[in-house]
Amino acid sequence: MHLDKVGSLNKGDLDMSENAIEVEDLTVAYQEKPVLWDIDLTVPEGVLMAIVGPNGAGKTTLIKAILNLVKTAAGQIKIYGKTSSDQKRLVGYVPQRGSVDWDFPTSVKDVVMMGRYGALGWIRRPGKEEQKMALSALDKVGMLQYAERQISQLSGGQQQRVFLARALVQDAQVYLMDEPFQGVDATTERAIVSLLQELRKSGKTVVVVHHDLQTVPEYFDWTALLNVRLIASGPVQEVFTEENLRLTYGGRVSFLKHNGENGVSNIGQRTG
Amino acid sequence: MGFEQFEIQLIASVVAAACAIPGVFLVLRSMAMMSDAISHAILLGIVLAFFVIPDISSPLLIIGAALSGVLTVSLVELLNKTRLVKEDASIGLVFPVLFSIGVILIARYAWNVHLDVHAVLLGELAFAPFDRLIIFGNDIGPKSLYVMGTILIINLFFISLFYKEIKIATFDAGLAAALGFSPGLIHYGLMSLVSVTAVGAFDAVGSILVVALMIAPPAAAYLLTDNLTKMILISVVLGVISSISGFWLAIFLDANIAGAMATMAGVLFVLVFLFAPDRGIIAIARRRSHQRWEFAGKMLAIHLLNHEGTQDEERESQIQHLEENLRWKESFARRVVHYSANNGFLLVNDDRLVLTTRGREYAKESIVDN
Ligand SMILES: Nc1ncnc2c1ncn2[C@@H]1O[C@H](COP(=O)(O)OP(=O)(O)O)[C@@H](O)[C@H]1O
Ligand SMILES: [Mg+2]
Repeated sequence: MHLDKVGSLNKGDLDMSENAIEVEDLTVAYQEKPVLWDIDLTVPEGVLMAIVGPNGAGKTTLIKAILNLVKTAAGQIKIYGKTSSDQKRLVGYVPQRGSVDWDFPTSVKDVVMMGRYGALGWIRRPGKEEQKMALSALDKVGMLQYAERQISQLSGGQQQRVFLARALVQDAQVYLMDEPFQGVDATTERAIVSLLQELRKSGKTVVVVHHDLQTVPEYFDWTALLNVRLIASGPVQEVFTEENLRLTYGGRVSFLKHNGENGVSNIGQRTG
Repeated sequence: MGFEQFEIQLIASVVAAACAIPGVFLVLRSMAMMSDAISHAILLGIVLAFFVIPDISSPLLIIGAALSGVLTVSLVELLNKTRLVKEDASIGLVFPVLFSIGVILIARYAWNVHLDVHAVLLGELAFAPFDRLIIFGNDIGPKSLYVMGTILIINLFFISLFYKEIKIATFDAGLAAALGFSPGLIHYGLMSLVSVTAVGAFDAVGSILVVALMIAPPAAAYLLTDNLTKMILISVVLGVISSISGFWLAIFLDANIAGAMATMAGVLFVLVFLFAPDRGIIAIARRRSHQRWEFAGKMLAIHLLNHEGTQDEERESQIQHLEENLRWKESFARRVVHYSANNGFLLVNDDRLVLTTRGREYAKESIVDN
């Protein structure tokens, strides 16, 4: 099983260049108020990683910092050994669904084609090739019949699938996704999870901001617990423990229950 | 007079087209106020440039004015970054300051030039045909037609060249940045277009019409289409219609031309706002009322289905009892019954309601849907 392979790796065994993402001493502050404090995080290639932490923990900020979208106060970030501005083509991004205006006058297919804009570069317009890629990505997320729809007519789950399709056409090595399960129904959630697992199997690295603690062990093989500082990161079996969750969520983890050997399970409550 | 009338309408139409293009993106970025700010703040730039080059027809004045437009945008951004004031408040704080400095400077030092505040606000479109462009002794037409024609071409050129970049930066600035299209650069590029357009247009039509033509046609077009390219085209068409109809309104009322054009832009917007096929408020109200009847019809069908074959069926299916059971006013209950009977969901037998097969199915489907 893939989990075993990843689980047996630790930082020392790896050639540094094999890590998909390396974050060193990262600090981000908005007006002197640190929202990320001295983060050291290594994401090995080929993992499916959940970033968990309470609201305002800095999860979105961490993703944006990796993408070089926010000013950092200190530290450095490497993607396959180079800065992210050198590796733009390697990184696919799924922002929070609420970060865009869904009343914007455009169609589903057009939004998905935006994922190709990076490869096209300045001025060159998308053409037949890009359309084909967009349609096949829409097919993968089960949205092909909505290709010509206006985006204002989509439900939350459909919006999320469109964003996912847009990331797929980026054809990246590393995917960063901010709450892709937010506001989706159970069917869509399962469809998205199997897609993410497929991506991982094909050797991609997928980093997902995730809110439902209960499903972390089921969906992911790697995790990072974040609350301004990085509490822990590593294989889910090793670091997704009650102790670490308590450190991450403070007193609010009274709903955690013991389940002998596995550490944590039966977390019957969504956070945030 | 006839040919001048034609020229005025032509100039105004070109202004309308030139304003509508960047205006679309102001509307989509919720930055309508910015057009107001820029079109006022450029006065300061013109005055300052005039002190350096005291020639009212120098093209350098346009550059000075455009720079002050961009200065406005940067000051607004700076204020926003402090997070102490909201974006619209920063706009409202910045441009009156710049505008009033411009007004004071004119009043104190440049009162004898052709820069008066009334002309700044409303323009002197009626005189535009008299300022001719003469090349090698040949009169080739009104100067403002050439100025605005050039600006229209510049706008068309930039928007079509960078269409994809502007589109992604407007829809999803985060992804645009991640893909290497600097949204900041695109933002300033767009604001420069707005500034240059406002500068060119305000001499001819005044700042009020500039604002009206940048915002009203795109806001109306937004209600009429779901496609960005079509939105730009419709905005241009609506802008041109506003100009031409405004011109004739002004002739008819013997009023200021730019004022009448701005009025027509507003009137067109209100018409679209009311009557747009999908998003107009009448269409929305009609949809709401339709949904209300549909919902009430469903409730009634489900109610009847629930009581079918029970011992209180007799009582529950009487029109009179709907008031008590579903808390409907009698007149409303009768209209719902009428609606449901028209749709073939039920039959009325002496004030007793009986579901048809179709109505039974409809009720069952409705339960599953929910
Ligand atoms: N642009 C910004 N300016 C100032 N503060 C911000 C900004 N964006 C986020 N914050 C603050 O930074 C903290 C972390 O935010 P975020 O990364 O969005 O957290 P999360 O995604 O974990 O909920 C929050 O306290 C939030 O209020
Ligand atoms: Mg977040």
